[in-house]
Amino acid sequence: MGEFKVHRVRFFNYVPSGIRCVAYNNQTNRLAVSRTDGTVEIYNLSANYFQEKFFPGHESRATEALCWANGQRLFSAGLNGEIIEYDLQALNIKYAVDAFGGPIWSMAASPNGSQLLVGCEDGSVKLFQITPDKIQFERNFDRQKSRILSLSWHPAGTHIAAGSIDYISVFDVKSGSAIHKMLVDRQYMGVSKRKCIIWGVAFLSDGTVISVDSAGKVQFWDSATGTLVKNHLIANTDVQSIAISDQEDSFVVGTAEGTVFHFQLVSVTSNSSEKQWVRTKPFQHHTHDVRAVAHSPIALISGGTDTHLVIRPLMEKVEVKNYDAALRKITFPHRRLVSCAKKKQLLLFQFAHHLELWRLGSTVATGKNGDTLPLSKNADHLLHLKTKGPENIICSCISPCGSWIAYSTASRFFLYRLNYEHDNINLQRVSKMPAFLRSALQILFSEDSTKLFVASNQGSVHVIRLLEGSFKHLHTFQPQSGTVESMCLLAVSPDGNWLAASGTSAGVHVYNVKQLKLHCTVPAYNFPVTALAIAPNTNNLVIAHSDQQVFEYSIPDKQYTQWSRTIQKQGFHHLWLQRDTPITHISFHPKRPMHILLHDAYMFCIIDKSLPLPNDKTLLYNPLPPTNESDIIRRRTAHAFKISKKYKPLLFMDLLDERTLVAVERPLDDIIAQLPPPIKKKKFGT
Amino acid sequence: MVEEESLRVVRCGGSELNFRRAVFSADSKYVFCVSGDFIKVYSTATEECVHILQGHRNLVTGIQLNPKNHLQLYSCSFDGMIKLWDYTDGILIKTFIVGCKLHALFTLDCAEDSVFVTINKEKPDVFQLVSVKLPKSSSQEVEAKELSFVLDYINQSPKCIAFGNEGEYVAAVRDFYLSVYFFKKKTTSRFTLSSSRNKKHAKNNFTCVACHPKEDCIATGHRDGKIRLWRNFDDEKKYTYTCLHWHHDLVMDLAFSVTGSSLLSGGRESVLVEWREAAEKNKEFLPRLGATIEHISVSPAGDLFCTSHSDNKMIIIHRNLEASAVIQGLVKDRNIFTGLMIDPRTKALVLNGKPGHLQFYSLQSDKQLYNLDIIQQEYINDYGLIQIELTKAAFGCYGNWLATVEQRQEKETELELQMKLWTYNKKTQGFVLNTKVNMPHEDHITALCFCNAEKSENPTLVTTSKDGHFKVWILTDDSDIYKKAVGWTCDFVGSYHKYQATNCCFSEDGSLLAVSFEEVVTIWDSETWELKCTFCQRAGKIRQLCFGRLTCSKYLLGATENGILCCWNLLSCALEWSAKLNVRVMEPDPNSENIAAISQSSMGSDLFVFRPSEPRPLYIQKNISREEVQWGVFVPRDVPESFTSEAYQWLNRSQFYFLTKSQSLLTFSTQSPEEKLTPTSKQLLAEETLPTTPFYFILGKHRQQQQDDKLSEALENELVQLPLTENIPAISELLHTPAHVLPSASFLCSMFVNSLLLSKETKSAEEIPDDVSMEEEKESVDSDEENNFTEEVQDTNNTDLGKDIIHQLSKSEEKELRKFRKVDYSWITAL
Repeated sequence: MGEFKVHRVRFFNYVPSGIRCVAYNNQTNRLAVSRTDGTVEIYNLSANYFQEKFFPGHESRATEALCWANGQRLFSAGLNGEIIEYDLQALNIKYAVDAFGGPIWSMAASPNGSQLLVGCEDGSVKLFQITPDKIQFERNFDRQKSRILSLSWHPAGTHIAAGSIDYISVFDVKSGSAIHKMLVDRQYMGVSKRKCIIWGVAFLSDGTVISVDSAGKVQFWDSATGTLVKNHLIANTDVQSIAISDQEDSFVVGTAEGTVFHFQLVSVTSNSSEKQWVRTKPFQHHTHDVRAVAHSPIALISGGTDTHLVIRPLMEKVEVKNYDAALRKITFPHRRLVSCAKKKQLLLFQFAHHLELWRLGSTVATGKNGDTLPLSKNADHLLHLKTKGPENIICSCISPCGSWIAYSTASRFFLYRLNYEHDNINLQRVSKMPAFLRSALQILFSEDSTKLFVASNQGSVHVIRLLEGSFKHLHTFQPQSGTVESMCLLAVSPDGNWLAASGTSAGVHVYNVKQLKLHCTVPAYNFPVTALAIAPNTNNLVIAHSDQQVFEYSIPDKQYTQWSRTIQKQGFHHLWLQRDTPITHISFHPKRPMHILLHDAYMFCIIDKSLPLPNDKTLLYNPLPPTNESDIIRRRTAHAFKISKKYKPLLFMDLLDERTLVAVERPLDDIIAQLPPPIKKKKFGT
Repeated sequence: MVEEESLRVVRCGGSELNFRRAVFSADSKYVFCVSGDFIKVYSTATEECVHILQGHRNLVTGIQLNPKNHLQLYSCSFDGMIKLWDYTDGILIKTFIVGCKLHALFTLDCAEDSVFVTINKEKPDVFQLVSVKLPKSSSQEVEAKELSFVLDYINQSPKCIAFGNEGEYVAAVRDFYLSVYFFKKKTTSRFTLSSSRNKKHAKNNFTCVACHPKEDCIATGHRDGKIRLWRNFDDEKKYTYTCLHWHHDLVMDLAFSVTGSSLLSGGRESVLVEWREAAEKNKEFLPRLGATIEHISVSPAGDLFCTSHSDNKMIIIHRNLEASAVIQGLVKDRNIFTGLMIDPRTKALVLNGKPGHLQFYSLQSDKQLYNLDIIQQEYINDYGLIQIELTKAAFGCYGNWLATVEQRQEKETELELQMKLWTYNKKTQGFVLNTKVNMPHEDHITALCFCNAEKSENPTLVTTSKDGHFKVWILTDDSDIYKKAVGWTCDFVGSYHKYQATNCCFSEDGSLLAVSFEEVVTIWDSETWELKCTFCQRAGKIRQLCFGRLTCSKYLLGATENGILCCWNLLSCALEWSAKLNVRVMEPDPNSENIAAISQSSMGSDLFVFRPSEPRPLYIQKNISREEVQWGVFVPRDVPESFTSEAYQWLNRSQFYFLTKSQSLLTFSTQSPEEKLTPTSKQLLAEETLPTTPFYFILGKHRQQQQDDKLSEALENELVQLPLTENIPAISELLHTPAHVLPSASFLCSMFVNSLLLSKETKSAEEIPDDVSMEEEKESVDSDEENNFTEEVQDTNNTDLGKDIIHQLSKSEEKELRKFRKVDYSWITAL
């Protein structure tokens, strides 16, 4: 593997925002997740739970409700009173419509996807018609006393249940009038609480309404008579979310204590058709409030204030034991938040609303393998760059020479020139950036820092020449006719001749930067690309996909390399394919052309193409062989994949020079320490 | 008098009541529990033992109500028999001989004429559940050899098997497996707990199982305190379970209520938990039940629960979780340090009971009378904790005083010692702490004894200790200005050459005190505390020491560790005789000169009864027990027996009880066990089964009247003769014949009224069957307590007669009276 000096960076003070809503789309097997900062992320559950798209957040757009309609269309609503539809191709907001009912607390699309229902602060339930390109207000239902916190359609679309404070209303959709008002008991363990908030309702096709409330109850109501049928007290705190499976044979609720309870419809006796709802298994994967749950056919999905998205498969529904059967916890975004100026040893950290520039510390000490060296010079926080406006930063980059910083929000593009004079930094903004650069999804500088590549959400890639304090727009690679798919990933060859760009699903395009034309397109693969890089000298393009496959494509030859074909023929090690976080970064060693360096959140790997590939019988994660063992044994056990799991969770890792690595870690404990304190629970024996 | 049978060693009660789950009768009036070789029938309302069903020849291992007739009870035993009983009358109906050791019994409503038993055939730890077909036959003893195999590799304990959903399936747990056998499909599903495979120290072994009575739901208890509720278990893939977790230690037993709406669980915490609706948040507790809950059972009527506890007790609990009755047997789960004593007042056996308590156990009724909390500290049940132990206790002055010693030694040098003196309070009928002495000695107290002489006006107590001293404690006026309070103070400290004092004993008249110092016995004058003389035989340390009684009071006996029994003559101050005998227990009979000694050899324990005046034993019984006998005691009889045989005469005035190392309480008896059934219990039953209706006044009251009549007859008193309804066949016919076969009421009326009229020839004597006298002759040894009982009944009932009349009876009249009391009248109710 070789010995490296490693900068172990732990000062990237990144805290993901808490998850507010989760919406599962059964038709495309995608999951939309909205966070408290307004960010909406789309996960492709078929593609190994890869976060394939995201919409940047906005300070004023706190989403309270998220729903899919018609299988393809994603709507969100929030406390600013607007209903927003997202453009899933161009990755921007299609439009925003004010519902004129004050803050919106809940939203539900009708089962046939033609209507959208929102529940507002003023107690109104508004029905919108979904037209092919917009939504249109249709009418109001009977207005209720207090805010509508939860909504659910009857699967036939004839009735809706609306959870408010202290009661649940059942509306007839045709007439728009409330036909039942079901009062919820305020009592909690014998003590009368001030109010009982209905956090969630679910309407079943047999007319049963299931409600979850702030008194810790899960209640079953008969909507025909408006009576309580059954009561399950499951928590001492709020039950905040409910999601029901499509077959209506199981549902899941999340509580403020971080527990997720699974309820199942089981037959009372094996030979009778009578069935009853039974609380079965509790899952404690969260430390904080579970604000949102979803029920996919094979898994329970939950997310909450502790920022984790947890996917707990239902073992009885999983057919084969593959990676669907493993519990997943997604904490970090599947994109790069760190960029590095190798020559100046600078790191640029991207936060939601600011950027931080740090200079790495240095040491003069030397030591053995595994030693921690004392720092002679501490890491320096050079720059804290705040964005203007309420929008979140989409992407950012620092040039390899360290003298340029670029970042983009949904509406603007910023480019700064940095001048280093001794210890002072002079920051100078390059003005008059062209408007077409805004809402860039990826920014990349060429190796010699003379060119800037910007992948825009329209599917085009812009090439800009940087001059001292100014710029010049050179060219725009337009997308192929007919497609408007946005480009998400860019890679440039070290010699600056080749540029590779990849979208969310289609293949990777390789452009010739010198001639400013499309060179070739790598054949499309079933799974989205998670990382791209072009090797120096050979100009081999290395592509990692979300199913953990790695391809090597020779740009000059316009074909896969021999090594790539060999590994495809033999197949990857089964443990390699079972890893659950995508490869987010690929780099190369300047002196060892046979090495490919790559990492995901839990491991760092060097693929040595000269060594034999591992088969399923060999140990993939072999510990570093002790140095005193003879070379023969070492060679016999050695294989191409050299994996280190020392650094985790790993957000970024790159080679600074031949003998130095930088690893940016973000320990989960540090994140939890920055979250609000969880609900205190008495632990037995303490 | 018929010739006595040979003397046998018999178990006298004190057997485990908590060996198996208790079973309720269908009307919840009775609760049944196994007790050694017997089955006991208790009344749930009065806690009284109503019947003892005897007949098995080995440990009874399972009881179940007959599902086809809920007035009958099945039982199985290690002797390989299944017996069917009529429990209301205590009659054995049938015996089915299976042949192999039966470990547990289950019955099913739907299973036609077959029951399920657990047997063990090949390997010692592999048990099978088999169904036994009970053949229909009119004979009393039937062979039942038709076994059909149901489940293999199950746990021995019946707690690990449960039948569900009216016999659709049976669930069995063992280690980490739950097996469910479906009778209809004839398939077995097996569920393994996953963590058992990947966690090394997983503590989720199954401990018990229960099935929901209405739904397809199996509850299992686990070693880590969790309860799992399994559903959908007919599908091996889609099965699912819920966890309920409150217990911190293993779940000992589970039971569903009759409707299945709640689940009961219990364990080491001694808390009964009721899970309502099987919800984790909806639970109720009944805490402080005293000891580990071993078993939980639910009455078929649903109104009562019963918990069996590790301290040999059963608690009857109402549906609203209120304990209503406690049935306490002899507490046996700890070491006995105090030995066996007899409380002079209650004649109860006194020994260590619950931790820190003295238990008063009635030998006659086989139940605990009460517990005296000596240590008076909360007992913390934790492994490895060094507890305060109650090590010594002694009664003095006819039960007016009780001395106890408790100790706790954490390290070699840190000894905590406390002596407490308790006085009997007549008002509260219990012992009240009078004096507490901290560190009465510097080292362990080896013995203590009261001076029980009749003439001594000042109570005196002597303690001996390893610190080389013996101390004399006397009762004095306390430093109270009213001079009313009394307390104990040390009066004298004696020692002998710094030897450890090991034993002490007062002579019968209290004039001499013998204290043994290792190998030396010293005799002290109890008036002046002067050393009178010493005996030394150089035969090892003195282990036991006692004075002779009555005519033999001039002798002092000492048993040494080297196996020598010495007898010294106090008049000549010389050794009278010595014998080679490894004496473990030496107990003098308070009512005679006899002394019982139990010796220990490799073969077992042997009993020798002798008088100090002659070295030849009166009686020898070899091999009374295989194990070591730890303690023995003579219990004076209330009514002397009249054994004519020379060898058994020593048992005439007292009965000898002894306790072995495994804590079985044994005694000697001549009669066969079948005769032990006491008639009083039958009378009780008859009275109790009658509710207070107008009929009760016709039928029920006569019980007391009958006794009154007997009494009045015997006294030849001029009391008004009340009609004895039950003696008139017409009335009993009328009351016991089913209504639908009776002739019309108008036809019966005149006959009925006539029968209630007083008539001169209605004498109870002619109704007494002939065999009564026979029965009386064979009357049991322990019928004395039954006499006590009837006497008590009289005292409460005929207050108008008053005690004085009774006590004025002549000896012969009393004898006559007793004869009548012993007569069994319960047969009348069986008509």
